[in-house]
Amino acid sequence: MTPLYDISHLSKRFRVGSRFSRQGLRVVQAVDNVTLQVMQGETLGLVGESGCGKSTLGRCLSRLYDISDGKLVFDGTDISTLTPRAMRPLRQKIQMVFQDPYASLNPRRRVQDLIAEPLRIHLSLPATEIATRVAQLLDQVGLSPDHAQRYPHEFSGGQRQRIGIARAIALEPKLVILDEPVSALDVSVQAQIVNLLADLQDRLNLTYVFVAHDLSVVRQVSTRIAVMYLGSIVELGQADDIFTKPAHPYTQALISAVPNAHNATTTRKRIVLTGDVPSPIAPPDGCRFHPRCPIAQDRCRTERPLLLPHDTRKVACHFPLE
Amino acid sequence: MILSVRDLRVAFRTERGLVQVLDGVSFDVAEGEVLGIVGESGSGKTMTVLAVMGLITDPNAVITGSILYKGRELVGLPSREMRKLRGREIAMIFQDPMTALTPVYTIGWQIAEQILTHQKVTKSQAWTRAVALLEEVGIPRPDEAVHRYPHQLSGGMRQRAVIAMALTCNPALLVADEPTTALDVTVQAQILDLLRTLRQTHGSSIIFITHDLGVMADVADRIMVMYAGRIVESASRDALFAQPRHPYTTALLNSIPPLEGPRPHRLQSIAGAPPSLLALPPGCAFGPRCPLHQPQCDAAKPPLIGTPHAAACILVPQ
Repeated sequence: MTPLYDISHLSKRFRVGSRFSRQGLRVVQAVDNVTLQVMQGETLGLVGESGCGKSTLGRCLSRLYDISDGKLVFDGTDISTLTPRAMRPLRQKIQMVFQDPYASLNPRRRVQDLIAEPLRIHLSLPATEIATRVAQLLDQVGLSPDHAQRYPHEFSGGQRQRIGIARAIALEPKLVILDEPVSALDVSVQAQIVNLLADLQDRLNLTYVFVAHDLSVVRQVSTRIAVMYLGSIVELGQADDIFTKPAHPYTQALISAVPNAHNATTTRKRIVLTGDVPSPIAPPDGCRFHPRCPIAQDRCRTERPLLLPHDTRKVACHFPLE
Repeated sequence: MILSVRDLRVAFRTERGLVQVLDGVSFDVAEGEVLGIVGESGSGKTMTVLAVMGLITDPNAVITGSILYKGRELVGLPSREMRKLRGREIAMIFQDPMTALTPVYTIGWQIAEQILTHQKVTKSQAWTRAVALLEEVGIPRPDEAVHRYPHQLSGGMRQRAVIAMALTCNPALLVADEPTTALDVTVQAQILDLLRTLRQTHGSSIIFITHDLGVMADVADRIMVMYAGRIVESASRDALFAQPRHPYTTALLNSIPPLEGPRPHRLQSIAGAPPSLLALPPGCAFGPRCPLHQPQCDAAKPPLIGTPHAAACILVPQ
């Protein structure tokens, strides 16, 4: 199977502060040398704690951010350094859904115009055809045609996220990057949106990159999962493998830290990590996880592990768990 | 009982009429107990504890019912009297530690201020106690941390500082409103561990609010499920998770994706969205979304029946 999206040695650096501030100009390595393939039709889950670079990676993949280093090959085209103008036709193929449906919809425009906007920009269709397409899209995301004349504030959070999804699928993209699409929603509504995304994927043959911090949601939707820590992927493999037998000590701790509502009465062995995620401005030497790692050795403090194959997956650890 | 709430009702006068945000809420908190309140946004869980804390100061709020704290009526208590209780007897931990702390003073200053307000001690004694408290909540190098400003600490450390502040006077009742929601899971696990330890060392009763049933399973002894301003189910933690009675609780549990075992092809979701408090149905508020809905559900609001496992649903056999 050829990958839909081939990402090699992707890095994204941000400059923070200024030359005139006390600490001077500093560089944050938000995404650090990420190599990854997204396969046609799969859902790739990106998980990690806040500041691990998962959202930045998502935005680099959609080229909302210019990348600092590396190569992005989407559907056979190298898009790493395309100008905004040259990128434009490709934007139809890569769409994005954002976390906060309140912030990502213009409050002064009707739903009809919000959903029609990508159609007007990218396709030259007559008005009647646009209206038909909007009605069709509303139906696909589970809204009714009379919702088209309303404004975003008239909708609940879940319905707004449906509008955001309708916009994203309007141009029949190949890849949709979902950045925390359900984290702002109530639990009872989350399941609706997760199901809707699964239905649309089947029906429209979509490929998803699903960025989220909620591990139970990521497990539910993902074919494969990439676990990130301080800008790098520490483990990458099939969703079921990662959850049943995590190989990286960080993955293991992360999964064990999730409170489990379905297993309330039995106590599980929990690994509580000490300390916080270090600052990406001054990451630790060696393995970036070693200051919090329960099984760190001397080698981990000096030599940075590479993401290498380990049974069915890839893991960046000198001493992967068996 | 350290806290006894009976038929608590809170309504707000608005341009569009009276909005009943709490509709006859009754519950007790026993000494040393952790009571969990779970519900979605707008279910009234935060409003319940704000009423207990006497923090509903909106002139358009109408509060009726009874809140007995150690036998003393808190509804209608003058704010001067309430202020003496708050912080000393009842303390609160908020969701967002950044807004709960003042950005312009050091952590130590803020904790010492709290001690000086409620106890007759000297400044240096208050400062020493602040350092000791920071050490107790697990902040590394507490003697340096007291001199830090909130923005210099990470989210988890800030929440620890807020917890230290809440503990200054050994409160008999600690109210924690989504204390871990803003935190990462690994840090959340640390804070939940800390609350468990503190409950043992200080013997405080805790009211713990969260929308996350997983967190609830971790910390609560007894759980109350709220929906549209009413309690729909109340039971011990084990009973609630083993045999949920209210269709809403069951549906809520089913809509959480499992962490182990086979993945369901589809999640069981709850249709629709939580109702607007401005237009509540006359019968059961969950009725329109309920998979077991019957015509008689719309007749009247079902009462909360059963001890110790109570549910507000006419379809539940008593």
